[in-house]
Amino acid sequence: MVDQIRHMCVGINQILEQIHGFSRRCLFRVISMGPLPIHLAFIMDGNRRYAKKQDLEDGSGHKAGFSALMAMLQYCYELGIKYVTVYAFSIDNFRRKPEEVRSLMDLMLEKIKSLLDKESIVHEYGIRVYFIGNLALLSDQVRVAAEEVMQATAENSRVGLLVCVAYNSTDEIVQAVKKSCVTKLDRDMETIQLVDIEENMQMSVAPDPDILIRSSGETRLSNFLLWQTGSSQLFSPDALWPEIGLRHLVWAILNFQKSHSYFEKKKKKQM
Amino acid sequence: MDFNDPMLALSSWIGQIGDFGLDLVWRFIHIVVTLWHIVSGIFESVESYAISLGLIQKYSSIDIEKLKCLAVVVDIEAARDVSKVIELLQWLTTIGVKQVGLFDSQGLLKKSKDMILEMVPRSVLLQETGEKHISPDRIALEFISSSDNKEAVVKAANILLEKYLKSIHPENGVGENVFTESHLNEALRVVGESVHVPDLLLVYGPVRSHLGFPAWRLRYTEIVHMGSLKYMRYGSLLKAIHKFTGVRQNYGV
Repeated sequence: MVDQIRHMCVGINQILEQIHGFSRRCLFRVISMGPLPIHLAFIMDGNRRYAKKQDLEDGSGHKAGFSALMAMLQYCYELGIKYVTVYAFSIDNFRRKPEEVRSLMDLMLEKIKSLLDKESIVHEYGIRVYFIGNLALLSDQVRVAAEEVMQATAENSRVGLLVCVAYNSTDEIVQAVKKSCVTKLDRDMETIQLVDIEENMQMSVAPDPDILIRSSGETRLSNFLLWQTGSSQLFSPDALWPEIGLRHLVWAILNFQKSHSYFEKKKKKQM
Repeated sequence: MDFNDPMLALSSWIGQIGDFGLDLVWRFIHIVVTLWHIVSGIFESVESYAISLGLIQKYSSIDIEKLKCLAVVVDIEAARDVSKVIELLQWLTTIGVKQVGLFDSQGLLKKSKDMILEMVPRSVLLQETGEKHISPDRIALEFISSSDNKEAVVKAANILLEKYLKSIHPENGVGENVFTESHLNEALRVVGESVHVPDLLLVYGPVRSHLGFPAWRLRYTEIVHMGSLKYMRYGSLLKAIHKFTGVRQNYGV
């Protein structure tokens, strides 16, 4: 009897999931009638506050945050967004308590390795993964795993996932300046131009983001993509990152569609 | 062949009707979004009016000392109406803000610098006075444009390149490590740029975007969208500044 009820619940759940998926695809079909962003960026803020709010043990907030990330990536790639960038770990975050940093690194290592699984989202959507940041600051294990994933997905070309880890914008700018200087020295050329710095920015593998969403209602960029967001529309939904959902993404895209002609006009004036 | 043509025409016709239907639904959703913005705009206007009349207690006093440096980003179209910018600066002076950076991407406000300094009482150019020497009864203004963003970093990069070249040891061909954030910071100062990070950035334009404000200075700046400059409201300005004074940052820690 209990088994039968359990089977029925699983069945109902599956049906509800199918209905949900179908409704979502219909909604995406409608939204696609307007202009869609090519590149979306997320600041995944609020994992620790979520754990505190739900009275969970330390580290559980980040695990819940990872599930929210996977769901958000699925929605983005289903909708046809070509690039998604996420702020996974800032250089400033190294100043957190050592146990917290270690736990985050362990979680990151586990999740990076899982990207290579056959059933992972990487294979489902043909994602090319980039790890952007000062990777030398990471432990050898995490860095090697990240490089392995980048190499394994290098041939994928459908969509891109840029994971910013050990990253901040000011460091990215300094590294780009350094690379530009080294190139100039090698080629015995005189001065650095803007195009040199632009092509040496780590984020140059993708166009500038159209939308940047920071969860948990905070209105600052916290040293994320400062160089690349001059023409980006910024959103700060109040939801903590593990609470972020389809409605927040849809709201951002609908507002992007309303402002699209404004940014197109601005880009034309700059040309 | 003959059977396929009408079938193709029929499926194309069904496709077109389908797309037309989807387009209608899309437009309907956008009408709902627009209505939401209109209603929320009305609520904000009413609240702003109440704040400016002093009816909402919590906005009657603001700890303005927390706001050391304010930046205002103005959309290009709005920047053409200098009188509105002057009115905004007069409001900011009344509130007690001491330092304001005015940004528009094309430098229209820079061109109107002299008029603005003349029309805003007790205003002074930040470059002349320096950040540490602003008298209590003055407001220091800074005029910023896109040339202070990426182009300034390029100039600073060339200074670092020159510094590096001069420091190369003839024996090992290795120079001093001048590629750090503090070196770039210093190089930007040499080039004449302010490197002060604004605490709060108010965006006056149709969209919440920093519109190319100097990237190097935006690290921990709170970015708030104020709507159009033409219909700016004193109450909304008070509310944005008050909200900022309540923010607690942990700077990633």
